[in-house]
Amino acid sequence: MINWNRLCAMARKEMIQIRRDARSIGIVIAMPIVMMFAFGYGVSFDMKHIPVYVYDQEKSQQSQDFLKRFQASVYFDVVKTVSSYPELVRAIDAGSCQIGIVVPPDFSKKLRSGQKVSVQAIFDGTDSNSASVGMSYTEAVAQAHSQQLQLEWLRGRGQGEVRLPLSVDARTWFNENLESMVTIVPGVVAMVMAVVGTFLTSLTVAREWERGTMEQLISTPVTPLEIMLGKLAPYVVIGLADTSLCAVMAVWWFGVPFRGHIWVFLLSTLLFLVVVLSLGYFFSVVAKTQLAASQVSLIATFLPAFLLSGFMYPIDQMPAVVRGITHAVPARYYMAILRNVFLKGSPVLTIWQDLAGLAIFATVLGLAATRVFRKKLT
Amino acid sequence: MNGAPPTVVVRDLVKRFGDFVAVDNISLEASPGEIFGFLGPNGAGKSTTIRMLCGLLRPTSGQAMVAGLDVAHEPERVRQNIGYMSQKFSLYNDLKVIENLRFFAGMYSVATAELKERIGWAIDMAGLTGREQLLTGTLPAGWKQRLALGCAVLHRPPIVFLDEPTSGVDPISRRLFWELIHRMAVDGVTVFVTTHYMDEAEYCNRLVLIDRGRIVASGSPLELKEKSMAGDLLLVECDQVGKALEELQQAPGVTDAAIFGNALHLVVGSAERAIPEVKEFLAARGIAVTRIERIRPTLEDVFVSLTSLNRDEGDKGDTPAQSGKAAPAGDGGKEKGQ
Repeated sequence: MINWNRLCAMARKEMIQIRRDARSIGIVIAMPIVMMFAFGYGVSFDMKHIPVYVYDQEKSQQSQDFLKRFQASVYFDVVKTVSSYPELVRAIDAGSCQIGIVVPPDFSKKLRSGQKVSVQAIFDGTDSNSASVGMSYTEAVAQAHSQQLQLEWLRGRGQGEVRLPLSVDARTWFNENLESMVTIVPGVVAMVMAVVGTFLTSLTVAREWERGTMEQLISTPVTPLEIMLGKLAPYVVIGLADTSLCAVMAVWWFGVPFRGHIWVFLLSTLLFLVVVLSLGYFFSVVAKTQLAASQVSLIATFLPAFLLSGFMYPIDQMPAVVRGITHAVPARYYMAILRNVFLKGSPVLTIWQDLAGLAIFATVLGLAATRVFRKKLT
Repeated sequence: MNGAPPTVVVRDLVKRFGDFVAVDNISLEASPGEIFGFLGPNGAGKSTTIRMLCGLLRPTSGQAMVAGLDVAHEPERVRQNIGYMSQKFSLYNDLKVIENLRFFAGMYSVATAELKERIGWAIDMAGLTGREQLLTGTLPAGWKQRLALGCAVLHRPPIVFLDEPTSGVDPISRRLFWELIHRMAVDGVTVFVTTHYMDEAEYCNRLVLIDRGRIVASGSPLELKEKSMAGDLLLVECDQVGKALEELQQAPGVTDAAIFGNALHLVVGSAERAIPEVKEFLAARGIAVTRIERIRPTLEDVFVSLTSLNRDEGDKGDTPAQSGKAAPAGDGGKEKGQ
């Protein structure tokens, strides 16, 4: 049986202590904001403004027309024009450019005579992902230019109306401009809550052991369940406020849409809060010191949420074993739900599995947390 | 006071931590209105016993009934009937005085109708009127201690356990604190208190001396003083106290010798016979005696003679107290607080 008198007294005391503790205030307010900015801007999979050096061996009208296409593209920044190979090699060595484009001296001559022209492109392959993306962009630029040359040639031949037979009319749903920030930011919200939620409660019990107040507390008739609920209740409120703050930042600052139902957002957030707060509480009870508890909680939440939740790497691209492991990472489900709620807003039925996953974790960890605390000294 | 059923009954209580026996077969009873003193050197098992009685530690064996409830089986119901003050100050320093009181009133489910009156009483008792809004951490030790007592008895428990409540508190605050304890006892509360201040032990109705987990003596302070010493106690003032102590430990007829302040206390079989003998013994060794007389033993004498303080350091043997070597008396012994 829960005694409301004790539960409320416990929650009120916890709230006062959070309010008076500068560190807690910092975690509650500053940490979500800083993390939102750090991850929102810091993690980007967009390849834009790739630095390019060009070495135009011909310097003709034609070669310049071709190179201007790179200039015009948002994906490339033609940083510098060099006049020798060694200079280009040095630039790639030093990392001042990721792509070097070399136009041969017989560029326009070959074009005129209808021969095939090879333009050399050198990529810095140390980051294979950027290299392959850069490669396909470069190919696209060359393709477009050849197409234009072809059309001009045909028009010159009197073929006034030339149409290309096939074109892809691409429309990207849910993320119309294909900006990675839009997919990342909802994930960041999940990351922030995983880390902040666990971190907050990881201090709460350990603090009482460290300061010696626990001995007095457990000499009163308060039950372990009342201690846990009383301690977690303020953090549920704080957690909801923090998540809402993150969501508002996502929409108003980062321009992420919010297409789903607010109640799906609130329900999943509540479930996820039960998961992370219980986890932090669990660590706090077991570790008994604030330092150990907070470190364990950071490692146990941050890394899985970062690597195995689908935040950084798509889960369906992972090896089967790792994919299996991701099912044990609660942030995975919340991440999927948040992406849906922000970007898709598709019917709840389509995400019921993720909601069920969260609910299972919330139940198991919540129950575990009620069991772990014993009103005994050791 | 007498005739009422005991509020605390302890039978053969044992607590082991691994191989170490912290509490070794303790039995005792305490009645309503009794101030029950627990006396013993550090590590004797006082705190461990009190913690078991409060249900904070599980006894290894034996039984403890507090307020008629078995501590091992109904710890939560026991806790509604007790107030506990741990050795270390353990209120919330980052809470205001009034917030600590409200919190503990909540923990003990003090009825709303009574809340205002009880908190007012506690503030008044602790002398904190007008300081309700101060952060508890900023209070001097004496006030903190009284506030802690106030918090522990907001629910009017019939039994109160105080684990060294006055350590680190100035003498005036200690005296005030003991007045509070007396007032509670007059109201019929059973007060368990551990201390190693001898003057405080004199305030108790009943004392239990424990050493290495065992009860070595119990009774009223007067009974202890009269019964626990085998023989008479002599006070000796002389020059070269250190040398005299060393010599007297080998002297015939002297069972025990210890330094008290700038004098010596000797335990002898009979004062009449020993006084001339000791004078002669010391004179033969060039030590002049300025004063020698029979005195009534203080609790400190009893304490020293019965506990391991009086034994060889590192002596693990079970031989009882009178093995000869002396050691300085326990702290706080200088002031005789009558």
